[in-house]
Amino acid sequence: MRDFDYHLATDVQSAIEALRNSEEGKIVAGGMTLLPTLKQRLAAPSDLIDLGGIDTLRGIAIEGKDVVIRAMTIHADVGASDVVKKAIPALAVLAGGIGDPAVRHRGTIGGSIANSDPAADYPGGVMGLGATIVTDRRTIAGDDFFLGLFETALEPDELITSVRFPIPDQAHYIKFKHPASGYAVVGVMVSRTGGKVRVGVTGAGPCAFRVTPFETALEKNFSPDAIAAIAVDADGLNTDVNFSAEYRAHIVGVLARRCVAALMD
Amino acid sequence: MTIDVTLKVNGVERSAKVEARTLLAELLRDHLKLTGTHVGCDTTQCGCCVVHLDGKAIKSCTILAVQAKGRSVTTIEGLAQPDGTLHPMQEAFREHHGLQCGFCTPGMVMMGADIARRNPGATEELVRHELEGNICRCTGYQGIVEAILSVANPDAVRKDHH
Ligand SMILES: Cc1cc2nc3c(=O)[nH]c(=O)nc-3n(C[C@H](O)[C@H](O)[C@H](O)COP(=O)(O)OP(=O)(O)OC[C@H]3O[C@@H](n4cnc5c(N)ncnc54)[C@H](O)[C@@H]3O)c2cc1C
Ligand code: FES
Ligand code: FES
Repeated sequence: MRDFDYHLATDVQSAIEALRNSEEGKIVAGGMTLLPTLKQRLAAPSDLIDLGGIDTLRGIAIEGKDVVIRAMTIHADVGASDVVKKAIPALAVLAGGIGDPAVRHRGTIGGSIANSDPAADYPGGVMGLGATIVTDRRTIAGDDFFLGLFETALEPDELITSVRFPIPDQAHYIKFKHPASGYAVVGVMVSRTGGKVRVGVTGAGPCAFRVTPFETALEKNFSPDAIAAIAVDADGLNTDVNFSAEYRAHIVGVLARRCVAALMD
Repeated sequence: MTIDVTLKVNGVERSAKVEARTLLAELLRDHLKLTGTHVGCDTTQCGCCVVHLDGKAIKSCTILAVQAKGRSVTTIEGLAQPDGTLHPMQEAFREHHGLQCGFCTPGMVMMGADIARRNPGATEELVRHELEGNICRCTGYQGIVEAILSVANPDAVRKDHH
């Protein structure tokens, strides 16, 4: 790892200033993605600006009809939160299934969403629950946030401060884990609010996305049969040594049907 | 960039001059000569380096030493009593034969203690799920799982085994 200058930010504004004043600075949150990247020398920032000292970026609360999770909240706290377990149990399940306990004790929701790793869990939750990303300067609808492989709508000097999840009537998340890494080969979050259905998918494509044909069919008839005959287009989905795009497209349908079945019980 | 880091390690205040890029595992092993914390990979996957930071299991290979400044770290060296009495998790690993070569053991014991703390009454399935970030190349995990289970939930351990 190349050396760098380290800054412990005390508030959001000073973090942004340090970022702007640095040659090629990077924000570090939990470091669970960034530090392995630096160790492998896939990046060599001039400065690291640590958000770990900003207490106002931690915490979980109900605000109106939303669960609001601040950016530096670790996965372990979301997984164990009584508030989240009661309001959106599927989100607690999602967070509790990320990586391993040591990763969950450091990794944060803000870091996970800012990173837009195609195999990360939270982006699937954002799409499936219709979350809104709150930054230091604006709010961004989850639907407009993930733009591609490791690419988001964030400006280079923009920080995520919290994520707002509207509380659904029901939601269910299932991840088909890569047997070695534990990341999502495919993860599907299905939620139901009033007559509206959302189907969010991670792992399958370059970034998280929704399956609108499933949503439309499920809004008419909420049952696994309603989507059994609808094929997911494999075009543009991920292929790697283990799993082809066609396989992933198939698994999206399988997991979506399992989510719907679980919600009908 | 050189930084002075003062932190509590196994209850004792320690200081070191480190580079910004120095990892906590390097601070412990190279600067403080606490070589019980092992480093088995470059990818944050093996768990040999697990220590407790303010009481929670973390991978010391994936946190900067400076990020532990002012905080409290417990390593495998700090688990037993000063008189040598083993910590219940160390005793359980001995009793249930939770190790062979010993390379993964410091991380396994530190993670095991964290699992037992967070999950009293844990099932075998939960213990196995919680061990996903700790890799052992020798034992096949059975003894490790039994050791952790014997502390977290003594009733769940099969008496006919080991
Ligand atoms: C062994 C292992 C297994 C894992 N398994 C999984 C898994 O199963 N599922 C899963 O989803 N993830 C997994 N992860 C990734 C983990 O969840 C990371 O914690 C997460 O992806 C990144 O969060 P972080 O807080 O560690 O971010 P960091 O690594 O600190 O940062 C990641 C990126 O986001 C930027 N960033 C961080 N915070 C902000 C912010 N508030 N605003 C703007 N930009 C920001 C940083 O500059 C950096 O570019 C795993 C990681 C490891 C090491
Ligand atoms: S050395 Fe830390 S996880 Fe392998
Ligand atoms: S005992 Fe040898 S690696 Fe676990």
